[in-house]
Amino acid sequence: MARISTRFLTLLAAAFIALSSAASAQTVPAEGEPRAETGGAQTLEDILRRQENQKMDDSFRSEAIGNPDAAAPTTGQLGTLGGVSDAEFWRAYRYNELDELGDVSASAKGPSGDTSVTQVVIQDTGMTWLNFRAGPLKNYGGYLLLGTNAILAVFFLFRGRIMIDGEKSGKTITRFKGIERFAHWTLAGSFVLLAITGLVQLFGRFFIIPLIGHEAFAPVAIGGKWIHNNVSWAFMLGLVMVTVMWVKHNIPNKLDLKWFAVGGGLFSKGVHPPAKKFNAGQKIIFWGVIFLGVSISVSGLSLLFPFELSMFAATFAHMNDLGLPQLIGMEALPTDLAPHTEMQLSQTWHAIVGFLFMALIIGHIYIGSIGMEGAFDAMGSGQVDEQWAKEHHGLWYEEVTGKPAYKDAHPAE
Amino acid sequence: MKAMFIAFVGIFVIAIVADQVLHRAGFAIDEVTSAPSVRLD
Repeated sequence: MARISTRFLTLLAAAFIALSSAASAQTVPAEGEPRAETGGAQTLEDILRRQENQKMDDSFRSEAIGNPDAAAPTTGQLGTLGGVSDAEFWRAYRYNELDELGDVSASAKGPSGDTSVTQVVIQDTGMTWLNFRAGPLKNYGGYLLLGTNAILAVFFLFRGRIMIDGEKSGKTITRFKGIERFAHWTLAGSFVLLAITGLVQLFGRFFIIPLIGHEAFAPVAIGGKWIHNNVSWAFMLGLVMVTVMWVKHNIPNKLDLKWFAVGGGLFSKGVHPPAKKFNAGQKIIFWGVIFLGVSISVSGLSLLFPFELSMFAATFAHMNDLGLPQLIGMEALPTDLAPHTEMQLSQTWHAIVGFLFMALIIGHIYIGSIGMEGAFDAMGSGQVDEQWAKEHHGLWYEEVTGKPAYKDAHPAE
Repeated sequence: MKAMFIAFVGIFVIAIVADQVLHRAGFAIDEVTSAPSVRLD
């Protein structure tokens, strides 16, 4: 009996000590003050505001980082944490307030007081990335694709299909060899797969899950990811082949100015500016594909092999050295990036370039299919009617056949 | 059109080969991002 009484008294004393120390450590808001009903912690209203993506006053959390000045000495009882509890310490990490903690923060920083170390532990830019991805990227990217389609639809309504003006000869010449068409379709087929699966990854949450549900979307997303990761190699192979085979035909020259001067003949019937194997419009597509293709491949490789290819810090440093951000009134770009920040920037850049690439290719697909009579044959069978070749690539026709394409001897000179 | 269909088959073959090669070379996500103290499976 005496033992039970002793234990009971011991427990009672321990509870009293715990309660009294807890009461002295916390500053409980008085009646009527914000969050008084939760003792200073977040309220249901805070949670609801956060869920609706509205701003909330989180100072109750961000400012609760302890107070080393009021701490008991480390030699004293309860003084070993230096006046900062674990929770307060992690909040200081999160809100980048470690300097406020004085000596307590020393071990959390790098050797030279480098706070990028803290960004590895708690990586706040993840939320910026997420919000950008779910907001502006999705919205403006979607507008770009819809707008491109709308412009092409309007153009088609007014201009109609660009037909062969003269009478078809019935004789064909080889426009592209088999290996050229293989390279083109390797690039094109893989691009279409990458574009569709990329859009599914970005828009699936907003448009597909509401239609088919989470369970049905899961295999679609996993399959799409597999396709996106593995088909990328075919895309890069096609890109290299196309570059090697066609770069010499796509060097800009003065003929391109003539082509631009008459809008490539796209807006008026019977206008056919002289062109060699590729006209100025095709050169824009070519160089767009090369630059966007290389850029999207590099950022894609960075995403395929996470944390192995960090390139944004170095790129930003070069841009700062060139004074590019300052040219448009921006501050110097950060060059001390955490590994996760590098990955987030890679993903963001990959998606932005992807949208620009898709808009460019939608235009290319349009003019290569319904937009122009005879255009698909060039890449389908590889054979084009001689009349088509004379009208759209007259100088190339002369080179290949040795026959004149124009009534004037040298229309381009 | 033959070149187009060969290219489409080529894309599929390249994807399968890439997946197998990377998997066997130890680049699978569970191998790259796990350790004795962090298991993903």
